[in-house]
Order: sequence, then C-alpha cells, then structure tokens
Amino acid sequence: MTPSRLRTLPLAALLILAGMLAGCGPGPADRADELRLVVYSSRVEQLIQPLFAAYTAETGVRIDVITADDQPLIQRLAAEGSASPADLLITVDAGNLWNAAERGLLQPVESPVLEGTIPANLRDPDQRWFGLSIRARTVVYAPDRVAPDEIGNYESLAEPHWRGRLCLRTSKKVYNQSLVAMLIAQHGEARAEEIVRGWVANLATDVLPNDNQVIEAVAAGRCDVGLVNTYYYGRLVAQQPDLNARLYWPNQDPSLPEGNGVHINVSGAGITRHAPRAAQARAFLEWLASPAAQQKFAALNYEYPANANVPLDPLVAGWGEFRQNATNVARLGELQAAAVRLMDRVGYR
Amino acid sequence: MSTAAVAITGAPPRRRGRHAGRRGWTLVAVLLAAVTLLPVFVVIGSFFQVDAELWDHLRRHLLPVVAKNTLWMALGVVSGTLLLGTLLGWLVAVCDFPLRRFFSVALLLPMAVPGYVMATAMVGVTGFDGPLHQLLKLAFGPGTGPLRLSGLPGVVFALTLVLYPYVYLLARNAFLSQGTRSLEVGQSLGYSRLASFVRVSLPLARPWLAAGVVLALMEALADFGTVAVFNYDTFTTAIYRAWYGMFSVQSALQLSGVLILAVIVLVIAEQRLRGNRSYTSLQAGAHDPRPIPLGPVARWLATGVASLVLLLGFVVPAVQLSAWALPNLARDFDARYLGFAWNSLLLASGSALLITGLGLLLAYATRLSRPAALGRIMARWATLGYAFPGTVLAVGVFVPVAAASEGVNRVLAGLFGDSAGRVVLTGTLFTLLLAYCIRFLAVAHSPLASQLQRVTQSIDEAARGMGESGLGLLQRVHLPILRRGLLTAAVLVFVDVMKELPVTLMIRPFGWDTLATRVFQMTAEGEWERAALPALAIVAVGLVPVVLLLTQSERRDA
Repeated sequence: MTPSRLRTLPLAALLILAGMLAGCGPGPADRADELRLVVYSSRVEQLIQPLFAAYTAETGVRIDVITADDQPLIQRLAAEGSASPADLLITVDAGNLWNAAERGLLQPVESPVLEGTIPANLRDPDQRWFGLSIRARTVVYAPDRVAPDEIGNYESLAEPHWRGRLCLRTSKKVYNQSLVAMLIAQHGEARAEEIVRGWVANLATDVLPNDNQVIEAVAAGRCDVGLVNTYYYGRLVAQQPDLNARLYWPNQDPSLPEGNGVHINVSGAGITRHAPRAAQARAFLEWLASPAAQQKFAALNYEYPANANVPLDPLVAGWGEFRQNATNVARLGELQAAAVRLMDRVGYR
Repeated sequence: MSTAAVAITGAPPRRRGRHAGRRGWTLVAVLLAAVTLLPVFVVIGSFFQVDAELWDHLRRHLLPVVAKNTLWMALGVVSGTLLLGTLLGWLVAVCDFPLRRFFSVALLLPMAVPGYVMATAMVGVTGFDGPLHQLLKLAFGPGTGPLRLSGLPGVVFALTLVLYPYVYLLARNAFLSQGTRSLEVGQSLGYSRLASFVRVSLPLARPWLAAGVVLALMEALADFGTVAVFNYDTFTTAIYRAWYGMFSVQSALQLSGVLILAVIVLVIAEQRLRGNRSYTSLQAGAHDPRPIPLGPVARWLATGVASLVLLLGFVVPAVQLSAWALPNLARDFDARYLGFAWNSLLLASGSALLITGLGLLLAYATRLSRPAALGRIMARWATLGYAFPGTVLAVGVFVPVAAASEGVNRVLAGLFGDSAGRVVLTGTLFTLLLAYCIRFLAVAHSPLASQLQRVTQSIDEAARGMGESGLGLLQRVHLPILRRGLLTAAVLVFVDVMKELPVTLMIRPFGWDTLATRVFQMTAEGEWERAALPALAIVAVGLVPVVLLLTQSERRDA
C-alpha cells in the first residue's frame, strides 16, 4: 500500500461508518405510529413471516420483527425495560414464555376471544401468554422391526425389552427437557428419574444432535424406536414418502395410570409489559387465534393448531387422532430446571 | 539496511529520553481497555448473586466432564492449528514448490467457512449413505458401515481446518519478514536446512505463532455451534445448559468468568515462557525475492500437503454445501439475498476498518505506555472479548448499554421533565459495532502488535536523525513495515464479522438481517440443508474481498 493509498483508507472508513450511522438515524422504533407492531420472535422467519404478511395485507399494520434465540431475546427485552420497542414476544416453547412471564416481562391480557379459542391448558393461568400451535413429541418406530402394540407408553421405553434399541436426541434441546418435566409433573421426581435412567440404559447409540438424525437412525436400522416432534417427521416424509419410519401415539389407554396422553408443548406469544402498542398487539394476538390464521400457523410447519376446531393439514391428519396430555404447559416451564438436573444426574447428555 | 542481523537479545535496550505525550498514550491504552472490559465488569457483577445450589449441581455432574473435554479439545486444536499453520506458512513464505503463488492465497479459504457449517458439512459427508459411506461400500462391499466423524475427533478436525488460517497468516508474515536470512544464519552455524528451520526460524517466529494459536484457541473455547453439531460437551455446553436449560443467566455469566480466567492464565503463561526476549529484525519489511528451491520429491510433497488441506478444508465442504443448496435454490433464493449480502458486507467492511484502526491505536498505545508493564497488562485486558462465548458477550455489552441509556434518560427527564427526548442506544448500530469492537479487537491487535516488534528502536532513532517524527515517522517509516500486519488484521476482522452469528443475532437493529442470521433461520428448526444456501453465500461474499486484497498484496510482494 502506497502512502497515498494509506491516506484514503481512513477516509473510506469514515464514509462507510457515516453511511451506516445515517441508516440508523431516527429508528423506526421512535415513530409510535398506530399502523405498526414490533415483534421479538424465536419462531424463525419462514414459519411466521407469511402470517405477518397476511395480517399486513388485511389490516395495513406493518410488522417489524427481530428473530433470535429465546433467552437472548428475553434478555434483550429485560435489559431494554420500559424503553423496549417490542409489543409481542413469540417463542417456540412454553418454558421460555413461562420464564418471561416469571421475570415480569409480559402483561396479562383480558380477552374473551383468546379464552374462548385457546384451551385452558395451552395458556398461562394468569393470561400473560397463549399457545398458538401445538407441538407433539411422540414415538417414531421402524415398522419392519417393531409392532406398534409393542410400544405402549413413554414409560415402557425404559423397560429392558428395549435394551439397545432406543435412540434419543441430546438433552440439550428444550423439547426433551419439557418431556421430562411432564414426567415429573405426572409421576414425581423419583419415579421420573427411574424412567429416564431406564431410557439411558436402553440407548442403542450415543445421544444424537437433532430430531432428523433420530428419525434417520430409526429408518437406517441403527435403532428401532426414538422420540421426536411430529413436524420433523412431517418434513422428512414430505421429501421421502417411502421412509422406513412411522409415528406412534403413546399413553393413549385411559384405563392405565400412564394413559394421560401424548406430551405436547406449544409455540405461543405474550404481550410485553411495556408494549408501546398493547391494544394493537392484542388485536393481532386475537387474529392469530382466528381459524384462518390458526390453520396457516400450524400448516407452515406441520404442527397442530391450538384452536381445536380448525382443520388439519392433510399430511398431518393422516397420522391419525390422538389424546393429548392435559397438564397445563406452564408446568413444563416451572419444572424445566428440575428436569435438566434430573437428566444430568442420570447421565442423559 | 542489508545487515543480516536477526537478533535475539536478552533484554530490549532501555529507551532513552522520554517522549512528550507518553502519558497521553498510557491514557489511550487504559481507555481502550476500560471500554473492552464492559462484559468483564458484567461478569464480575454476576458474582454478587451466586446460586450455591446450582453451582453444587454443576460441580458434581457437569464440570468434571466438560473440563476434561475442553482440555482435550484445546490440546487438539492448538496442536492441529500450530502444526498446519506453521508448516504451510513456512512452505509458502520460504520455499518454492509448484503452485506456491496459488496456495499462498487459496490456503486462507477455509477461514471463510464458519465452524458449525464446516461441522455440518462433515457430518453430511461422513454420515449414513453419505459420499464417504458410498465410497466405502464400493471399496469394501455393500455391508460396510459408515465411518462417521463425531465427538472429539470431529470437533478437532473441523475446528483445526477452519482455524489454522489464523496461525498460517501470522506465521507467513513472520517467515516473510525474516526472509531467508535466518536460514542462512543457521546454515552458517553448520545446521542442516531442517535444523536451522527448527533452531533459528521457528524460535524467531514465536510471537507470531503464539498470537495465531492464542486466537485459534480463544475461538475454540468460545465455540458453541461446532461442538453442538458433533455433540461434544465442552465448557460452553455447561454455560448454555445453565442459561437456556435452567434459566440462570447469572450462573452462565459466572461460568464464562471461569473460562476467561483460564484464558488469562494461559496467555500470561505463554508470555512468561517467552520471557523478555525481543524479536526484531533489521531486515524488517523487506521481502527476499528468492525462495529456496526444494528437491524434486519435496516440492511435490509440499504441493500435495497444501492440496490435501485445501481439499478437506474447502473443496469438500463447498461441494457438499452446493449439493444441499441446489435443490432449495428455487424456493429460497430471492431478491432479499442481495439485501442480506449487502448488510453483511457493510458490517464486515465497516468493522474491519474501524477495528483495525483501533487495533493499531492499541498496539501503539501499549508500546508507548509507561511504565511498559502497564501497557502489556492493558493490551491483555483489551483483547479478552474474543474469549467470551458470543451470546454471553452480547449480553455483557447489551445490558450495560441499556442501563447507560436508561440513566441518561432519567437525567434528561429530571432536567427537562416530560418534554425531554429519549435516547435509545440499544437496538442501534452503535451497540452492534461496539460489541464487534469488543469481540474482535484481539483479532486486529495480534497481527499488528507482533508486526510492530519489527519496528526497532534503532529504526525510530535513525528516522528521527533524518528529521522524521510524529505522523511523518508513522506514515513513511512505520506503516510500510506494518503494511502486512494491517492487511492481516483487516482480513481477519472482515471474515470474522462476516461469519459472526450470536452477537449479530441478539443485538442487530431492525432490518439488519445478514447472511449469518439467515443461516440461523434455517438451522434453528433443524433445516440444515436449507441453511447451505446462506452458508455458501457467506463463503462467497466473504471470500471475494479477501482474495482481491491478498492477490494484490502478493503481486506487490513479487
């Protein structure tokens, strides 16, 4: 670099920085206009943006969104305090909504519409957040090696019958943490620990990093059964219709003590404590609970709508009906830390 | 300055005559360190609220395992990057072999691949029915199982491939500025070529190698994505478990504090071991145009090694990513990609210029600080940001900035009542750039500080004797010597910001989605194959400026 070129460098730096700062002048956050909403979402863009677009088309309300992981978003909301531009927090599990509510970051919403459409077990007992779609975590099995009636319940997968035949995703993912939280809610900590210990003893291979790999491992014969969220299965089956793996709904027999239904979690939303446009946020939330939006919300990702009167995506409907666990999903957040410790104790990585 | 003097002296000569403005430089060093210490203060603050029961749990069930795993990973990455980086840097700088020019730039390419992307591609390549498995079945019959890459070997393999360029770049700078003189010195002492490399060139390159390895090590220690893909639990796993799993951000900060402490100890230990030697070369900045010719076998061996590294570190992952990206191209690729790429480029180039400038300032401030020990300490503090796990650093910057802007607002409201305007710094580019500065100052500072060692006291004195001082001295004497260091610093920061995810994700203002945040949109819900498209775009957009910059620099060197 010649000296003359060197002299132009700081100039270039200044220009670029000036350009960037000009771009962020009076941010959109400063204009508290009525036709706008600000959403912090850990539900990723491609699973939520089409709904924003539909709402904007219908009402003219523009929606600005920041997507990120749950905890960083919640931390950002907490740090911003009353200066936060956010109106709505959307997450993909009840635990993080529970945590945000617990930290005083969400406000209660009195809405007959939401109370009428979202079942009580899918929302905060204090109305600070509402489930919008259901994510079921169920058993996936290899039909050529396993007869469906062999499976039974989550609890049965801990029995010696499944020694060396079970695949599990790592315990780092919140889906497994809530599943274990549900077991604690159902059976108490001691019995839940026994069950999870049994699972670990039955593992066919080291825990896997994601649900796709669990389904693929079952299909490829590395193991016979696994636990996954149904929409991962939906995505794979949509690409490979002859996949050697099927879904099974456990815990369905109400005459058994374990017969309390399939474990579910929710993707949901709550209005922030300091929302600059709380009324509009509430209108949007109610719109999200409407049948048309509900259908779209769930179908974008092969999930189940929270509003039970909404028709299912045909692929999803093909997996059959099942009874859901009726425990309030808020309990999953409450018991999550205990579940994580339990999994640490039994060596479920 | 043609004297073939490459000196290792016991102690640097005492500086004569205090230069005016020394106190000013000390102040600059202290200020830079103070700003970059923001997240460290947040970590220290977190210790006022210790959840003893949770710590007890961590100590009993997590820490022993993750500490051991982290140690193995660190050892693997340090030896891997040191070996590859030094070997390739030396070959390219000093030896002549077929395609040397090409490899000189091409060997940097793996740096543009984010670690977790490399890991995902490797899992795809070695997985069930993946390309490697298909090959194995062809070779050894259809019953052959896959040769999976996972756990520690996977982590070390992937991280070494994406991180060795840090060592390579710095090692190349070191060997280039030594020229072949050090070898001649060795040979005049009766050493063989190999022995003089080991006994003369290598020890002389030590500050550069150490700086590169420390960068690679810090990045490995802060990594969360790569280890998660290979399902290998390290210290960051424990940090995220406490935070995401058990909702304890305080414990996550405290655990990061422990990690940072370990890094401090390592860096101090390295500097102690290096002792008080100085690494000046009177041949500073010069480039010897005659690389050593290698024997007929050795030269092709060198080409072979370089090709293999390039194949594994770049070609294989790029081909795998392309295979994934193509089927999704029609669905996912749209005009918005131009915007993502533009945002990425703007953030990366703006930060590269800004942070390189700050790195240079820090390098001078710490060099000119008195007492000298204070400067060294400030340099160490000011570069700790790189050792933080990204998300923790984001919290460590965001929280104090939010608190500061809240405080300003309270004062404004107190002075002017309700009519007062509000200052909102969070969610602006200011906060994002501040976080980048804190995170990547180390990356800019390392190559500059080591290159600055080439500017000796006698050079300064000679220049002053000729009437150069102040800015003239900087521009006409120092900058030509530092040119390579500046270029390295800017390239490293550029590529690092291009790849950066967690800080951008948490702090970015509205509308500043980048290629990296696009990768997040796909991976967050397990759609790894759809993430290949933005990942490839990062590699492509990140590479073009790097290649241009370096080819130009090579041409100049030639």
